[in-house]
Amino acid sequence: MEKQATRDAYGEALVELGHLHEEVVVLDADLSSSTKTAGFAKTFPERFFNAGIAEQNMIGMSAGLAAAGKTVFASSFAMFAAGRAFEQVRNSLAYANLNVKVCATHAGLTVGEDGGSHQAVEDIALMRAVPNMCVVVPADGPSTKAALFQLYERQGPAYLRLGRPAVPKIYDNQMDMVIGKGIELRTGNDAAIIACGIMVEKSLQAARLLAEEGIQVTVVDMHTIKPIDAGMIIHLAKTTGALLTAEEHSILGGLGSAVAEITAAECPVLVERLGINDKFGQSGAPDQLLEHYGLTVQEIINKIHLLLKKKKAIK
Amino acid sequence: MREINEQSLQLIAKKAVTIRKNIITMLGESGSGHTGGSMSAADIMACLYFWEMNIDASQPQAPGRDRFVLSKGHAAPVLYAALAEKGFFPVEDLMSLRKLGSPLQGHPDMRKLAGVEASTGSLGQGISWAVGMALAGKIDNAGYRVYTLLGDGELEEGMVWEAVMAAAHYRLDNLAAIVDNNGLQIDGRVQDVMDVRPIAAKFAAFNWAVIEIDGHQPEQIMTALEKSRSIKGQPTAIIAKTIKGKGCSFMEDKAEWHGTAPKKDEAERALEEIEAYAHAKGIC
Repeated sequence: MEKQATRDAYGEALVELGHLHEEVVVLDADLSSSTKTAGFAKTFPERFFNAGIAEQNMIGMSAGLAAAGKTVFASSFAMFAAGRAFEQVRNSLAYANLNVKVCATHAGLTVGEDGGSHQAVEDIALMRAVPNMCVVVPADGPSTKAALFQLYERQGPAYLRLGRPAVPKIYDNQMDMVIGKGIELRTGNDAAIIACGIMVEKSLQAARLLAEEGIQVTVVDMHTIKPIDAGMIIHLAKTTGALLTAEEHSILGGLGSAVAEITAAECPVLVERLGINDKFGQSGAPDQLLEHYGLTVQEIINKIHLLLKKKKAIK
Repeated sequence: MREINEQSLQLIAKKAVTIRKNIITMLGESGSGHTGGSMSAADIMACLYFWEMNIDASQPQAPGRDRFVLSKGHAAPVLYAALAEKGFFPVEDLMSLRKLGSPLQGHPDMRKLAGVEASTGSLGQGISWAVGMALAGKIDNAGYRVYTLLGDGELEEGMVWEAVMAAAHYRLDNLAAIVDNNGLQIDGRVQDVMDVRPIAAKFAAFNWAVIEIDGHQPEQIMTALEKSRSIKGQPTAIIAKTIKGKGCSFMEDKAEWHGTAPKKDEAERALEEIEAYAHAKGIC
Protein backbone atom coordinates (compact mmCIF):
# COMPACT_ATOMS: atom_id res chain seq x y z
CA MET A 1 0.00 0.00 0.00
CA GLU A 2 1.33 3.41 -0.96
CA LYS A 3 2.17 5.62 1.97
CA GLN A 4 2.28 9.38 2.53
CA ALA A 5 2.40 11.49 5.69
CA THR A 6 -0.58 13.81 6.06
CA ARG A 7 1.87 16.66 6.73
CA ASP A 8 3.52 15.99 3.37
CA ALA A 9 0.17 16.08 1.60
CA TYR A 10 -0.58 19.34 3.43
CA GLY A 11 2.68 20.91 2.26
CA GLU A 12 1.99 19.97 -1.36
CA ALA A 13 -1.63 21.12 -1.28
CA LEU A 14 -0.59 24.42 0.27
CA VAL A 15 1.63 25.21 -2.72
CA GLU A 16 -1.28 24.41 -5.07
CA LEU A 17 -3.54 26.73 -3.08
CA GLY A 18 -0.86 29.40 -3.23
CA HIS A 19 -0.81 29.22 -7.02
CA LEU A 20 -4.60 29.43 -7.20
CA HIS A 21 -5.24 32.17 -4.67
CA GLU A 22 -3.13 35.25 -4.25
CA GLU A 23 -4.55 36.21 -0.85
CA VAL A 24 -3.33 32.99 0.78
CA VAL A 25 -0.56 33.61 3.31
CA VAL A 26 1.23 31.05 5.47
CA LEU A 27 2.79 31.43 8.90
CA ASP A 28 4.99 29.08 10.82
CA ALA A 29 6.88 29.13 14.10
CA ASP A 30 10.35 27.83 13.23
CA LEU A 31 9.11 24.39 12.23
CA SER A 32 8.54 24.87 8.52
CA SER A 33 10.74 21.94 7.53
CA SER A 34 8.76 19.66 9.84
CA THR A 35 5.26 21.04 9.23
CA LYS A 36 6.07 21.09 5.50
CA THR A 37 5.17 24.74 5.00
CA ALA A 38 8.76 25.11 3.71
CA GLY A 39 7.58 24.30 0.18
CA PHE A 40 5.18 27.24 0.24
CA ALA A 41 7.88 29.44 1.78
CA LYS A 42 10.23 28.60 -1.08
CA THR A 43 7.60 29.13 -3.79
CA PHE A 44 6.00 32.25 -2.33
CA PRO A 45 8.58 33.90 -0.06
CA GLU A 46 6.66 37.19 -0.09
CA ARG A 47 3.59 35.46 1.39
CA PHE A 48 5.31 33.36 4.03
CA PHE A 49 6.08 34.69 7.49
CA ASN A 50 8.13 32.97 10.12
CA ALA A 51 7.05 34.06 13.58
CA GLY A 52 10.08 32.47 15.16
CA ILE A 53 9.57 30.31 18.23
CA ALA A 54 6.60 32.41 19.30
CA GLU A 55 3.33 30.59 18.68
CA GLN A 56 1.14 33.06 20.58
CA ASN A 57 2.26 35.91 18.35
CA MET A 58 1.96 33.71 15.28
CA ILE A 59 -1.74 33.25 16.02
CA GLY A 60 -2.16 36.94 16.88
CA MET A 61 -0.49 38.00 13.63
CA SER A 62 -2.73 35.55 11.78
CA ALA A 63 -5.72 37.36 13.22
CA GLY A 64 -4.45 40.73 12.00
CA LEU A 65 -3.66 39.36 8.54
CA ALA A 66 -7.11 37.79 8.28
CA ALA A 67 -8.79 40.97 9.51
CA ALA A 68 -6.99 42.74 6.66
CA GLY A 69 -8.39 40.31 4.08
CA LYS A 70 -5.89 37.46 3.92
CA THR A 71 -6.71 33.76 4.10
CA VAL A 72 -4.22 32.49 6.61
CA PHE A 73 -2.77 29.04 7.16
CA ALA A 74 -0.77 28.90 10.40
CA SER A 75 1.29 25.87 11.30
CA SER A 76 3.17 24.48 14.23
CA PHE A 77 3.13 21.22 16.16
CA ALA A 78 -0.27 20.39 17.65
CA MET A 79 1.12 20.78 21.16
CA PHE A 80 2.03 24.42 20.56
CA ALA A 81 -0.71 25.46 18.13
CA ALA A 82 -3.60 24.09 20.15
CA GLY A 83 -1.87 23.98 23.52
CA ARG A 84 0.44 26.91 24.09
CA ALA A 85 -1.55 29.26 21.88
CA PHE A 86 -4.96 27.99 23.00
CA GLU A 87 -6.15 31.29 24.35
CA GLN A 88 -5.00 33.17 21.26
CA VAL A 89 -6.83 30.68 19.06
CA ARG A 90 -9.89 31.11 21.25
CA ASN A 91 -9.91 34.87 21.68
CA SER A 92 -8.15 36.20 18.58
CA LEU A 93 -9.32 33.70 15.96
CA ALA A 94 -12.52 32.01 17.01
CA TYR A 95 -14.17 34.80 19.01
CA ALA A 96 -13.67 37.14 16.05
CA ASN A 97 -14.64 34.35 13.61
CA LEU A 98 -11.63 34.99 11.40
CA ASN A 99 -10.58 33.11 8.31
CA VAL A 100 -7.52 31.41 9.77
CA LYS A 101 -6.80 27.70 9.44
CA VAL A 102 -4.60 26.35 12.19
CA CYS A 103 -2.87 23.39 10.54
CA ALA A 104 -1.14 21.45 13.27
CA THR A 105 1.21 18.60 12.57
CA HIS A 106 2.86 16.03 14.86
CA ALA A 107 -0.40 15.34 16.65
CA GLY A 108 -0.84 12.30 18.85
CA LEU A 109 1.49 9.51 19.92
CA THR A 110 3.02 8.98 16.47
CA VAL A 111 5.34 11.92 17.11
CA GLY A 112 7.35 9.04 18.53
CA GLU A 113 10.77 9.44 20.08
CA ASP A 114 10.39 13.08 21.12
CA GLY A 115 8.16 11.79 23.88
CA GLY A 116 5.20 12.84 25.97
CA SER A 117 6.05 16.54 26.13
CA HIS A 118 5.49 16.76 22.38
CA GLN A 119 2.61 14.32 21.93
CA ALA A 120 -0.66 16.27 21.91
CA VAL A 121 -3.43 13.90 22.93
CA GLU A 122 -5.86 16.57 24.12
CA ASP A 123 -5.91 18.94 21.16
CA ILE A 124 -9.17 17.73 19.60
CA ALA A 125 -10.91 18.22 22.94
CA LEU A 126 -9.52 21.74 23.29
CA MET A 127 -10.33 22.86 19.77
CA ARG A 128 -13.73 21.21 19.69
CA ALA A 129 -14.91 23.10 22.76
CA VAL A 130 -14.39 26.50 21.13
CA PRO A 131 -17.39 28.09 19.34
CA ASN A 132 -16.97 28.77 15.59
CA MET A 133 -14.15 26.23 15.27
CA CYS A 134 -14.27 23.51 12.65
CA VAL A 135 -12.11 20.49 13.52
CA VAL A 136 -10.88 18.08 10.84
CA VAL A 137 -8.71 14.97 11.29
CA PRO A 138 -7.86 13.43 7.91
CA ALA A 139 -7.01 9.74 7.58
CA ASP A 140 -4.46 9.91 4.79
CA GLY A 141 -2.69 12.08 2.23
CA PRO A 142 -5.41 12.40 -0.43
CA SER A 143 -8.10 13.24 2.13
CA THR A 144 -5.77 15.80 3.71
CA LYS A 145 -5.48 17.59 0.40
CA ALA A 146 -9.24 17.43 -0.16
CA ALA A 147 -9.84 18.75 3.37
CA LEU A 148 -7.46 21.65 2.86
CA PHE A 149 -9.23 22.74 -0.32
CA GLN A 150 -12.58 22.42 1.45
CA LEU A 151 -11.35 24.46 4.39
CA TYR A 152 -10.16 27.16 2.01
CA GLU A 153 -13.70 27.47 0.67
CA ARG A 154 -15.23 27.46 4.13
CA GLN A 155 -15.15 30.86 5.83
CA GLY A 156 -14.07 30.97 9.45
CA PRO A 157 -11.50 29.41 11.73
CA ALA A 158 -10.55 25.75 11.57
CA TYR A 159 -8.19 23.25 13.11
CA LEU A 160 -6.66 20.69 10.77
CA ARG A 161 -4.96 17.87 12.69
CA LEU A 162 -2.06 16.22 10.89
CA GLY A 163 0.47 13.54 11.73
CA ARG A 164 4.19 12.97 11.46
CA PRO A 165 4.69 9.45 9.99
CA ALA A 166 3.87 8.16 6.53
CA VAL A 167 0.51 6.40 6.61
CA PRO A 168 -1.17 4.13 4.04
CA LYS A 169 -3.34 5.80 1.42
CA ILE A 170 -6.89 4.57 1.74
CA TYR A 171 -8.28 6.91 -0.92
CA ASP A 172 -7.17 7.55 -4.46
CA ASN A 173 -5.50 10.85 -5.19
CA GLN A 174 -8.62 12.41 -6.67
CA MET A 175 -10.84 11.66 -3.65
CA ASP A 176 -13.39 14.27 -2.71
CA MET A 177 -14.93 14.86 0.68
CA VAL A 178 -17.39 17.18 2.28
CA ILE A 179 -16.61 18.81 5.61
CA GLY A 180 -19.15 17.58 8.14
CA LYS A 181 -20.10 14.41 6.24
CA GLY A 182 -18.67 11.10 7.40
CA ILE A 183 -17.56 8.60 4.76
CA GLU A 184 -18.93 5.06 5.04
CA LEU A 185 -16.10 2.85 3.82
CA ARG A 186 -17.61 -0.52 4.65
CA THR A 187 -21.08 -1.64 5.67
CA GLY A 188 -22.20 -4.23 8.19
CA ASN A 189 -25.03 -4.50 10.70
CA ASP A 190 -23.42 -6.08 13.76
CA ALA A 191 -21.64 -2.93 14.91
CA ALA A 192 -20.12 0.26 13.53
CA ILE A 193 -16.63 1.62 13.95
CA ILE A 194 -16.44 5.40 13.79
CA ALA A 195 -12.82 6.41 13.40
CA CYS A 196 -10.64 9.35 12.47
CA GLY A 197 -7.02 9.87 11.47
CA ILE A 198 -4.69 6.90 11.48
CA MET A 199 -7.33 4.71 13.15
CA VAL A 200 -9.46 4.62 10.00
CA GLU A 201 -7.09 2.32 8.13
CA LYS A 202 -6.65 0.13 11.23
CA SER A 203 -10.42 -0.10 11.53
CA LEU A 204 -10.68 -1.29 7.93
CA GLN A 205 -8.10 -4.00 8.63
CA ALA A 206 -10.00 -5.03 11.74
CA ALA A 207 -13.28 -5.13 9.83
CA ARG A 208 -11.79 -7.48 7.23
CA LEU A 209 -10.54 -9.83 9.95
CA LEU A 210 -13.86 -9.68 11.77
CA ALA A 211 -15.65 -10.58 8.54
CA GLU A 212 -13.57 -13.74 8.38
CA GLU A 213 -15.13 -14.82 11.68
CA GLY A 214 -18.60 -13.84 10.44
CA ILE A 215 -18.92 -10.45 12.11
CA GLN A 216 -19.97 -7.64 9.79
CA VAL A 217 -19.15 -4.11 10.87
CA THR A 218 -19.60 -0.73 9.30
CA VAL A 219 -16.49 1.47 9.13
CA VAL A 220 -16.84 5.22 8.93
CA ASP A 221 -14.13 7.81 8.37
CA MET A 222 -15.44 10.59 10.60
CA HIS A 223 -12.87 13.11 9.40
CA THR A 224 -14.84 16.09 10.68
CA ILE A 225 -15.11 16.11 14.45
CA LYS A 226 -16.89 19.44 14.39
CA PRO A 227 -19.45 20.01 13.01
CA ILE A 228 -19.99 16.28 13.59
CA ASP A 229 -22.21 14.26 11.26
CA ALA A 230 -24.98 13.69 13.78
CA GLY A 231 -27.33 12.25 11.15
CA MET A 232 -24.93 9.48 10.30
CA ILE A 233 -24.21 8.69 13.97
CA ILE A 234 -27.91 8.39 14.77
CA HIS A 235 -28.44 6.22 11.71
CA LEU A 236 -25.59 3.91 12.71
CA ALA A 237 -26.83 3.78 16.29
CA LYS A 238 -30.27 2.74 15.11
CA THR A 239 -29.10 0.17 12.55
CA THR A 240 -26.32 -1.49 14.57
CA GLY A 241 -27.04 -0.73 18.23
CA ALA A 242 -23.33 -0.87 19.02
CA LEU A 243 -20.73 1.78 18.23
CA LEU A 244 -16.96 1.78 18.62
CA THR A 245 -15.00 4.99 18.26
CA ALA A 246 -11.30 4.90 17.47
CA GLU A 247 -8.91 7.84 17.61
CA GLU A 248 -5.27 8.69 18.31
CA HIS A 249 -6.33 11.03 21.12
CA SER A 250 -7.46 10.87 24.72
CA ILE A 251 -10.76 9.09 25.23
CA LEU A 252 -11.77 12.30 27.04
CA GLY A 253 -13.21 15.02 24.87
CA GLY A 254 -12.38 13.80 21.39
CA LEU A 255 -14.26 11.86 18.72
CA GLY A 256 -15.53 9.29 21.23
CA SER A 257 -17.02 12.00 23.40
CA ALA A 258 -18.57 13.73 20.40
CA VAL A 259 -20.26 10.50 19.29
CA ALA A 260 -21.45 9.63 22.80
CA GLU A 261 -22.93 13.12 23.22
CA ILE A 262 -25.08 12.53 20.15
CA THR A 263 -26.20 9.01 21.01
CA ALA A 264 -26.90 9.86 24.65
CA ALA A 265 -29.41 12.49 23.56
CA GLU A 266 -30.83 11.00 20.39
CA CYS A 267 -30.51 7.22 20.46
CA PRO A 268 -28.87 5.68 23.53
CA VAL A 269 -26.84 2.66 22.46
CA LEU A 270 -23.62 1.01 23.60
CA VAL A 271 -20.60 3.16 22.78
CA GLU A 272 -17.07 1.89 23.38
CA ARG A 273 -14.27 4.41 23.03
CA LEU A 274 -10.84 3.31 21.89
CA GLY A 275 -8.19 5.95 22.45
CA ILE A 276 -5.51 6.94 24.91
CA ASN A 277 -6.82 6.10 28.32
CA ASP A 278 -6.27 9.40 30.18
CA LYS A 279 -2.49 9.06 30.08
CA PHE A 280 0.49 11.01 28.77
CA GLY A 281 2.63 9.60 25.98
CA GLN A 282 6.33 8.71 26.16
CA SER A 283 9.34 8.10 23.93
CA GLY A 284 9.40 5.18 21.56
CA ALA A 285 8.96 4.25 17.93
CA PRO A 286 5.47 5.21 16.69
CA ASP A 287 4.36 1.61 16.13
CA GLN A 288 5.68 0.56 19.54
CA LEU A 289 3.74 3.40 21.14
CA LEU A 290 0.51 2.51 19.34
CA GLU A 291 0.99 -1.07 20.55
CA HIS A 292 1.76 0.05 24.10
CA TYR A 293 -1.31 2.30 24.33
CA GLY A 294 -3.59 -0.21 22.60
CA LEU A 295 -4.26 1.63 19.37
CA THR A 296 -4.01 -1.54 17.29
CA VAL A 297 -6.05 -3.68 14.90
CA GLN A 298 -6.19 -6.39 17.57
CA GLU A 299 -7.53 -3.99 20.18
CA ILE A 300 -10.26 -2.85 17.77
CA ILE A 301 -11.23 -6.49 17.29
CA ASN A 302 -11.22 -7.05 21.07
CA LYS A 303 -13.46 -4.01 21.61
CA ILE A 304 -15.91 -5.21 18.96
CA HIS A 305 -16.10 -8.61 20.66
CA LEU A 306 -16.73 -6.88 23.96
CA LEU A 307 -19.41 -4.68 22.41
CA LEU A 308 -21.20 -7.64 20.83
CA LYS A 309 -21.12 -9.50 24.14
CA LYS A 310 -22.70 -6.52 25.90
CA LYS A 311 -25.21 -6.10 23.09
CA LYS A 312 -26.23 -9.75 23.44
CA ALA A 313 -26.55 -9.42 27.21
CA ILE A 314 -28.92 -6.48 26.79
CA LYS A 315 -31.11 -8.44 24.38
CA MET B 1 -6.43 68.68 8.51
CA ARG B 2 -2.91 67.66 9.47
CA GLU B 3 -1.49 71.04 10.46
CA ILE B 4 -0.54 71.50 14.09
CA ASN B 5 -1.94 74.96 14.70
CA GLU B 6 -4.22 76.82 17.05
CA GLN B 7 -7.28 75.63 15.19
CA SER B 8 -6.40 71.93 15.24
CA LEU B 9 -5.26 72.11 18.86
CA GLN B 10 -8.55 73.77 19.78
CA LEU B 11 -10.48 71.02 17.99
CA ILE B 12 -8.55 68.24 19.74
CA ALA B 13 -9.03 69.89 23.13
CA LYS B 14 -12.74 70.06 22.45
CA LYS B 15 -12.94 66.45 21.30
CA ALA B 16 -11.00 65.28 24.36
CA VAL B 17 -13.49 67.04 26.61
CA THR B 18 -16.43 65.47 24.79
CA ILE B 19 -14.79 62.02 24.95
CA ARG B 20 -14.14 62.36 28.70
CA LYS B 21 -17.70 63.50 29.37
CA ASN B 22 -19.10 60.61 27.36
CA ILE B 23 -16.84 58.10 29.13
CA ILE B 24 -18.22 59.27 32.48
CA THR B 25 -21.80 59.37 31.27
CA MET B 26 -21.79 55.91 29.73
CA LEU B 27 -19.99 54.33 32.69
CA GLY B 28 -22.35 56.06 35.09
CA GLU B 29 -25.21 54.51 33.17
CA SER B 30 -23.70 51.01 32.83
CA GLY B 31 -22.66 50.83 36.47
CA SER B 32 -19.57 48.80 35.61
CA GLY B 33 -16.51 49.18 33.43
CA HIS B 34 -13.01 50.62 33.31
CA THR B 35 -12.91 54.32 34.03
CA GLY B 36 -9.29 55.11 34.94
CA GLY B 37 -7.58 53.71 31.85
CA SER B 38 -10.24 55.18 29.57
CA MET B 39 -9.72 58.68 30.97
CA SER B 40 -5.93 58.43 30.74
CA ALA B 41 -6.16 57.66 27.02
CA ALA B 42 -8.69 60.35 26.08
CA ASP B 43 -6.20 62.88 24.70
CA ILE B 44 -4.34 60.22 22.71
CA MET B 45 -7.60 58.94 21.21
CA ALA B 46 -8.75 62.46 20.35
CA CYS B 47 -5.51 63.02 18.42
CA LEU B 48 -5.76 59.67 16.62
CA TYR B 49 -9.40 59.94 15.60
CA PHE B 50 -9.64 63.68 14.91
CA TRP B 51 -6.23 64.51 13.56
CA GLU B 52 -4.07 61.54 12.65
CA MET B 53 -6.04 58.70 11.14
CA ASN B 54 -7.50 58.44 7.67
CA ILE B 55 -10.90 56.93 8.46
CA ASP B 56 -14.42 57.59 7.27
CA ALA B 57 -17.41 56.49 9.33
CA SER B 58 -19.53 56.16 6.19
CA GLN B 59 -17.05 53.59 4.81
CA PRO B 60 -15.91 51.57 7.81
CA GLN B 61 -14.50 48.79 5.60
CA ALA B 62 -12.67 50.97 3.06
CA PRO B 63 -9.59 48.90 2.11
CA GLY B 64 -7.17 51.83 2.34
CA ARG B 65 -8.29 53.07 5.75
CA ASP B 66 -5.91 53.42 8.66
CA ARG B 67 -6.47 50.85 11.41
CA PHE B 68 -6.59 51.28 15.17
CA VAL B 69 -6.35 48.32 17.54
CA LEU B 70 -7.17 48.86 21.20
CA SER B 71 -4.78 46.32 22.68
CA LYS B 72 -5.76 47.49 26.19
CA GLY B 73 -9.29 46.40 25.35
CA HIS B 74 -10.70 47.16 28.79
CA ALA B 75 -10.50 50.86 27.85
CA ALA B 76 -13.43 50.18 25.49
CA PRO B 77 -15.35 53.26 26.72
CA VAL B 78 -12.71 55.64 25.32
CA LEU B 79 -12.86 53.83 21.97
CA TYR B 80 -16.67 53.90 21.90
CA ALA B 81 -16.73 57.59 22.81
CA ALA B 82 -14.29 58.35 19.97
CA LEU B 83 -16.20 56.23 17.46
CA ALA B 84 -19.53 57.82 18.36
CA GLU B 85 -18.05 61.29 18.10
CA LYS B 86 -16.55 60.33 14.75
CA GLY B 87 -20.02 59.35 13.54
CA PHE B 88 -19.84 55.56 13.46
CA PHE B 89 -23.04 55.35 15.51
CA PRO B 90 -25.37 57.71 17.40
CA VAL B 91 -23.99 59.12 20.64
CA GLU B 92 -27.15 57.91 22.45
CA ASP B 93 -26.06 54.31 21.78
CA LEU B 94 -23.25 54.82 24.28
CA MET B 95 -25.90 54.38 26.96
CA SER B 96 -26.26 50.70 26.01
CA LEU B 97 -22.69 49.93 27.14
CA ARG B 98 -22.40 46.45 28.67
CA LYS B 99 -26.12 45.78 28.44
CA LEU B 100 -27.52 42.52 27.09
CA GLY B 101 -27.68 42.59 23.30
CA SER B 102 -25.65 45.79 22.99
CA PRO B 103 -23.02 46.12 20.26
CA LEU B 104 -20.99 47.96 22.92
CA GLN B 105 -19.59 44.90 24.67
CA GLY B 106 -17.54 45.14 27.86
CA HIS B 107 -14.49 44.64 25.64
CA PRO B 108 -14.49 45.59 21.94
CA ASP B 109 -16.11 43.12 19.55
CA MET B 110 -15.40 43.77 15.86
CA ARG B 111 -18.32 41.58 14.84
CA LYS B 112 -20.82 43.66 16.76
CA LEU B 113 -19.78 47.27 16.18
CA ALA B 114 -18.65 49.04 13.01
CA GLY B 115 -15.40 50.91 13.49
CA VAL B 116 -13.97 48.37 15.89
CA GLU B 117 -11.07 46.83 13.97
CA ALA B 118 -10.17 44.02 16.36
CA SER B 119 -11.82 41.98 19.08
CA THR B 120 -9.55 42.58 22.01
CA GLY B 121 -9.59 42.51 25.78
CA SER B 122 -7.35 39.59 26.57
CA LEU B 123 -4.17 41.58 27.12
CA GLY B 124 -1.18 41.24 24.81
CA GLN B 125 -3.13 40.03 21.80
CA GLY B 126 -4.06 43.35 20.20
CA ILE B 127 -0.50 44.31 19.36
CA SER B 128 -0.11 40.99 17.53
CA TRP B 129 -3.21 41.80 15.47
CA ALA B 130 -1.69 45.19 14.67
CA VAL B 131 1.54 43.52 13.54
CA GLY B 132 -0.49 41.21 11.27
CA MET B 133 -2.45 44.13 9.83
CA ALA B 134 0.73 46.10 9.18
CA LEU B 135 2.24 43.02 7.48
CA ALA B 136 -0.84 42.77 5.26
CA GLY B 137 -0.46 46.44 4.39
CA LYS B 138 3.13 45.79 3.33
CA ILE B 139 2.19 42.73 1.22
CA ASP B 140 -0.52 44.74 -0.54
CA ASN B 141 1.54 47.92 -0.79
CA ALA B 142 -1.59 49.52 0.60
CA GLY B 143 -0.07 52.57 2.23
CA TYR B 144 -2.32 52.56 5.26
CA ARG B 145 -0.97 52.94 8.77
CA VAL B 146 -1.74 50.81 11.82
CA TYR B 147 -1.96 52.14 15.37
CA THR B 148 -2.30 50.23 18.60
CA LEU B 149 -2.72 51.41 22.16
CA LEU B 150 -1.23 49.35 24.98
CA GLY B 151 -1.37 49.69 28.71
CA ASP B 152 1.88 49.76 30.66
CA GLY B 153 0.70 46.90 32.85
CA GLU B 154 -0.10 45.04 29.65
CA LEU B 155 3.62 45.05 28.83
CA GLU B 156 3.97 42.34 31.48
CA GLU B 157 2.38 39.88 29.03
CA GLY B 158 5.16 37.89 27.35
CA MET B 159 3.27 37.84 24.07
CA VAL B 160 3.71 41.62 23.75
CA TRP B 161 7.44 41.14 23.34
CA GLU B 162 6.96 38.37 20.79
CA ALA B 163 4.97 40.88 18.77
CA VAL B 164 7.44 43.70 19.37
CA MET B 165 10.26 41.44 18.13
CA ALA B 166 8.29 40.48 15.01
CA ALA B 167 7.36 44.09 14.16
CA ALA B 168 11.00 45.13 14.12
CA HIS B 169 12.06 41.97 12.28
CA TYR B 170 9.60 42.72 9.48
CA ARG B 171 10.55 46.43 9.51
CA LEU B 172 6.97 47.56 9.93
CA ASP B 173 7.38 51.31 9.62
CA ASN B 174 3.63 51.53 8.99
CA LEU B 175 3.02 50.59 12.63
CA ALA B 176 2.96 52.81 15.70
CA ALA B 177 2.39 51.42 19.18
CA ILE B 178 1.39 53.91 21.84
CA VAL B 179 1.88 52.99 25.48
CA ASP B 180 -0.61 54.59 27.87
CA ASN B 181 1.96 54.86 30.65
CA ASN B 182 -0.32 55.71 33.56
CA GLY B 183 1.76 53.70 36.01
CA LEU B 184 -1.11 51.79 37.61
CA GLN B 185 -2.61 48.34 37.25
CA ILE B 186 -5.31 46.51 39.18
CA ASP B 187 -3.13 45.46 42.09
CA GLY B 188 -1.32 48.77 42.46
CA ARG B 189 1.66 50.62 41.01
CA VAL B 190 3.11 48.88 37.97
CA GLN B 191 6.58 49.19 39.44
CA ASP B 192 5.43 47.38 42.60
CA VAL B 193 3.38 44.64 40.95
CA MET B 194 5.89 43.82 38.23
CA ASP B 195 8.32 46.49 37.21
CA VAL B 196 8.27 46.89 33.44
CA ARG B 197 10.73 49.77 33.43
CA PRO B 198 12.68 50.94 31.54
CA ILE B 199 9.95 50.90 28.89
CA ALA B 200 11.61 53.16 26.30
CA ALA B 201 14.91 51.29 26.55
CA LYS B 202 13.15 47.96 26.13
CA PHE B 203 11.49 49.04 22.87
CA ALA B 204 14.74 50.59 21.68
CA ALA B 205 16.58 47.35 22.45
CA PHE B 206 14.06 45.55 20.24
CA ASN B 207 14.98 47.92 17.38
CA TRP B 208 11.99 50.22 17.56
CA ALA B 209 12.18 53.97 17.15
CA VAL B 210 11.07 55.43 20.48
CA ILE B 211 9.46 58.77 21.25
CA GLU B 212 8.66 59.79 24.83
CA ILE B 213 5.92 62.34 25.39
CA ASP B 214 3.39 63.74 27.81
CA GLY B 215 0.23 61.87 26.84
CA HIS B 216 -2.01 64.73 27.91
CA GLN B 217 -0.39 67.35 25.67
CA PRO B 218 -2.05 67.09 22.24
CA GLU B 219 0.73 69.06 20.60
CA GLN B 220 3.27 66.49 21.80
CA ILE B 221 1.05 63.58 20.76
CA MET B 222 0.52 65.05 17.29
CA THR B 223 4.20 65.85 16.85
CA ALA B 224 5.12 62.28 17.81
CA LEU B 225 2.58 60.82 15.39
CA GLU B 226 3.87 63.11 12.68
CA LYS B 227 7.45 62.09 13.38
CA SER B 228 6.59 58.38 13.30
CA ARG B 229 5.42 58.80 9.69
CA SER B 230 8.89 59.87 8.66
CA ILE B 231 10.68 56.96 10.35
CA LYS B 232 11.61 54.32 7.76
CA GLY B 233 12.51 50.68 8.28
CA GLN B 234 11.33 50.33 11.85
CA PRO B 235 8.13 50.63 13.86
CA THR B 236 7.60 53.48 16.32
CA ALA B 237 6.82 53.21 20.01
CA ILE B 238 5.32 56.32 21.55
CA ILE B 239 5.65 56.14 25.32
CA ALA B 240 2.99 58.51 26.58
CA LYS B 241 3.22 59.49 30.24
CA THR B 242 -0.34 59.77 31.49
CA ILE B 243 -2.39 59.98 34.64
CA LYS B 244 -4.96 57.29 35.31
CA GLY B 245 -8.40 58.88 35.71
CA LYS B 246 -7.13 62.14 34.16
CA GLY B 247 -9.70 64.93 34.21
CA CYS B 248 -11.43 64.00 37.42
CA SER B 249 -9.56 64.90 40.62
CA PHE B 250 -10.92 62.15 42.82
CA MET B 251 -10.03 59.46 40.27
CA GLU B 252 -6.59 60.67 39.29
CA ASP B 253 -3.68 58.33 39.94
CA LYS B 254 -5.81 55.87 41.90
CA ALA B 255 -5.56 52.14 41.10
CA GLU B 256 -9.02 51.56 42.57
CA TRP B 257 -10.50 53.42 39.62
CA HIS B 258 -9.07 50.85 37.19
CA GLY B 259 -12.19 48.73 36.95
CA THR B 260 -14.75 50.84 38.76
CA ALA B 261 -17.59 52.86 37.29
CA PRO B 262 -18.72 56.10 38.93
CA LYS B 263 -21.91 56.08 40.96
CA LYS B 264 -24.55 58.68 40.08
CA ASP B 265 -23.22 61.41 42.38
CA GLU B 266 -19.63 60.63 41.42
CA ALA B 267 -20.52 60.88 37.74
CA GLU B 268 -22.16 64.25 38.36
CA ARG B 269 -19.11 65.54 40.21
CA ALA B 270 -16.81 64.28 37.46
CA LEU B 271 -18.88 65.94 34.74
CA GLU B 272 -18.89 69.22 36.67
CA GLU B 273 -15.11 69.09 36.94
CA ILE B 274 -14.63 68.37 33.25
CA GLU B 275 -16.99 71.20 32.33
CA ALA B 276 -15.30 73.61 34.73
CA TYR B 277 -11.95 72.72 33.17
CA ALA B 278 -13.31 73.26 29.65
CA HIS B 279 -14.82 76.58 30.69
CA ALA B 280 -11.62 77.78 32.32
CA LYS B 281 -9.63 76.84 29.23
CA GLY B 282 -12.11 78.47 26.91
CA ILE B 283 -12.95 75.16 25.23
CA CYS B 284 -16.47 75.22 23.95
